Amino acid sequence: MVTLKAGLTLTAALVKRRQKTILGPIDLALAASGFTIVLGPNGAGKTTLLKVLHGIERLSAGSVTWPITEPLVRQQQAFVFQSPIMLRRSVWANLAYPLQLLGRPRAEIAQKVDDWAGRIGLETALNRQAPRLSAGEKQKLTLARALIRQPQTLFLDEPCANLDGRSTREIETLLRNAFDNGTRIIMATHDLGQARRLATDVVFLLNGQLQDQGLAPRIFNAPGTPQSQAFFAGEIVE
Amino acid sequence: MRLAVTTSFHNSGLSDLLLPAIRADLGLHVQLLVVGTGQALRLGRAGDVDAVLVHSKTAEDAFVSAGFASHRRPIMYNDFVLIGPASDPAAIRQASDVKEALRRIADAKVRFVSRGDDSGTDKTERRLWAAAALQPETFDPWYKSLGMGMGASLNTAAGLNAYILADRASWLNFGNKRTLVLLFSGDPALFNQYAFLPINPSRHPHVKWAAAAALEKWLAGATAKALINDYKIAGQQLFIHNAQH
Amino acid sequence: MNDIWAGLEAAFWLIVTLNTDLLEITLRSLQVSLTALVIASLIALPLGTWLAIRRFRYRRATIAGLNALMGLPPVVVGLIVYLLLSRSGPLGVLGLLFTPTAMIIAQVIIITPLIASITHQAIRELWADYHDLLISLNTTKKQRIMTLIWDARRTLLTASLAGFGRAIGEVGAIMIVGGNIDHATRVLTTAIALETSKGDFALALGLGFVLIALALAVNFTIHALSRTERDSTW
Repeated sequence: MVTLKAGLTLTAALVKRRQKTILGPIDLALAASGFTIVLGPNGAGKTTLLKVLHGIERLSAGSVTWPITEPLVRQQQAFVFQSPIMLRRSVWANLAYPLQLLGRPRAEIAQKVDDWAGRIGLETALNRQAPRLSAGEKQKLTLARALIRQPQTLFLDEPCANLDGRSTREIETLLRNAFDNGTRIIMATHDLGQARRLATDVVFLLNGQLQDQGLAPRIFNAPGTPQSQAFFAGEIVE
Repeated sequence: MRLAVTTSFHNSGLSDLLLPAIRADLGLHVQLLVVGTGQALRLGRAGDVDAVLVHSKTAEDAFVSAGFASHRRPIMYNDFVLIGPASDPAAIRQASDVKEALRRIADAKVRFVSRGDDSGTDKTERRLWAAAALQPETFDPWYKSLGMGMGASLNTAAGLNAYILADRASWLNFGNKRTLVLLFSGDPALFNQYAFLPINPSRHPHVKWAAAAALEKWLAGATAKALINDYKIAGQQLFIHNAQH
Repeated sequence: MNDIWAGLEAAFWLIVTLNTDLLEITLRSLQVSLTALVIASLIALPLGTWLAIRRFRYRRATIAGLNALMGLPPVVVGLIVYLLLSRSGPLGVLGLLFTPTAMIIAQVIIITPLIASITHQAIRELWADYHDLLISLNTTKKQRIMTLIWDARRTLLTASLAGFGRAIGEVGAIMIVGGNIDHATRVLTTAIALETSKGDFALALGLGFVLIALALAVNFTIHALSRTERDSTW
């Protein structure tokens, strides 16, 4: 393997819910930088893996280690959920909320909110109630709300699952910009095309197990297992 | 001080005349709790009022002998009347006394509304049925025992076009008579004695004993006598003052 | 129909002549029910929120108990409060029976479960919605509660108004613990009961219309104060 700076590490991680194994046991090391795409069919454990890495899903066994001390983990990480969680407030208040939690000065909040509203094309919608936005607008808003704290690491759980092509392209542009600015991105998807467009490296999950992991060119051209071979060939894998 | 009085006394409107006079003469602010005789005696027994003004001699005597009141002071009386539909299907207008009137009602099985709330009026009504050798418990569905106050019972009687026993004062002051009229009155058995019972301070040391005593003296006195005897509704005298000095 | 017209007419004259008794009774109704509302809200809003976001052993039992208390007939509450406050009862020495304070106590007991139950439902729904986000943003417990209460404020306001409506329209309990004493504990509902018992339906109905007008006025005032009408564009 290429020499990687210390990143996120899972050691014999296992998540069980009501006696049923959802994920693992799994050993996984992720580099400190990159755009990692987590691939796999529905129910493979992608969401659980992301939540474990983010520290909001408790492990039944094993451990997860971050390159920073734990209390700071979630301050320096952000998470975009599959269905956008809108605070029942205005667009402005949704963007300001993560900064208000940190007690940032008003002027800084106002400036950042305006900046991000512009980047997602909602500068004229600041006073609208967030729950009334369209699906695409909502997902852009949650993405901006996640990035407004300038996190080191951004997790995304199938952010484009319910979006049309245009919104998907806008989201991908925002993600590429964030990545270019040094944000570590780990994103789950089952859209192979999206994976090919964005990934620097890929984690392939099946039935809660790590099937394959590697840099994007290698894994797309020479999948390491019969299952990943079938999956990347576009077959249905269960 | 707090005085528990019966609904029939309060509905007569007499309290609106007496309270300002008491205030002027004695400087006493009397708060009235308007309830049935049964509840009035309960409030007295618990020490939640300083005196009661009620009308049910048997219950009052028991109350005094149990030591809840120091004594019983008769103040005045009014009378009960039988009310019913103007058509008078039981023909009680022609009855010679109240026993006969009640028997005619029972024979005709016409609707009869009873307070059924253990009030003084209710107790009187049951005593009258017993005197007529009749048991209301055995009556067909035409006998309606309500468990409500005088006003509510009169409203019900008006709605059902039923007979009812009421005190004259409540009846005269009642505003929703509809087809009901006064059909029978005047039998001495229908006289209704009101008595004042101050709560015994040896039972409840917190009661306003002096205020109750002053009020009792005033109620038995000449000012009250004149006010009570002169109180008329529709030209009819309602109460006759009979307190002994 | 005649009775209703007479009632409207009576209400009209009571109001335009600014009848002093009516004014006194109305102000007392407001004083008792608004005080009860404030106290009940101070208990019920945190309690309902706490029940929604905290897991503890007897949580289900507590919620079931709360819902059961909501169905408690006011007369029973009145009777229990009467027995407690009676001179012969455990709290008799306080001398609170037949005072506005006793009426406030009874109303607090009647409306607290109602407000707490609606609060619990509203906050639980919002918490299910917000849970992942608030955890992900590493919010403190205090920040979570503030966020939930703030974003549920319209529902909570509605809960409080429901409580106020129940309090000001209640007659059974306050009749028992207040005693309907003229110039001391008479409020709109007990006055209505009294006039009804006198067969004076017009006046009773008139007072009833005043009561409805009062409830509407308080609702509008609270809505206007919180500017919910303007904000609630969705």
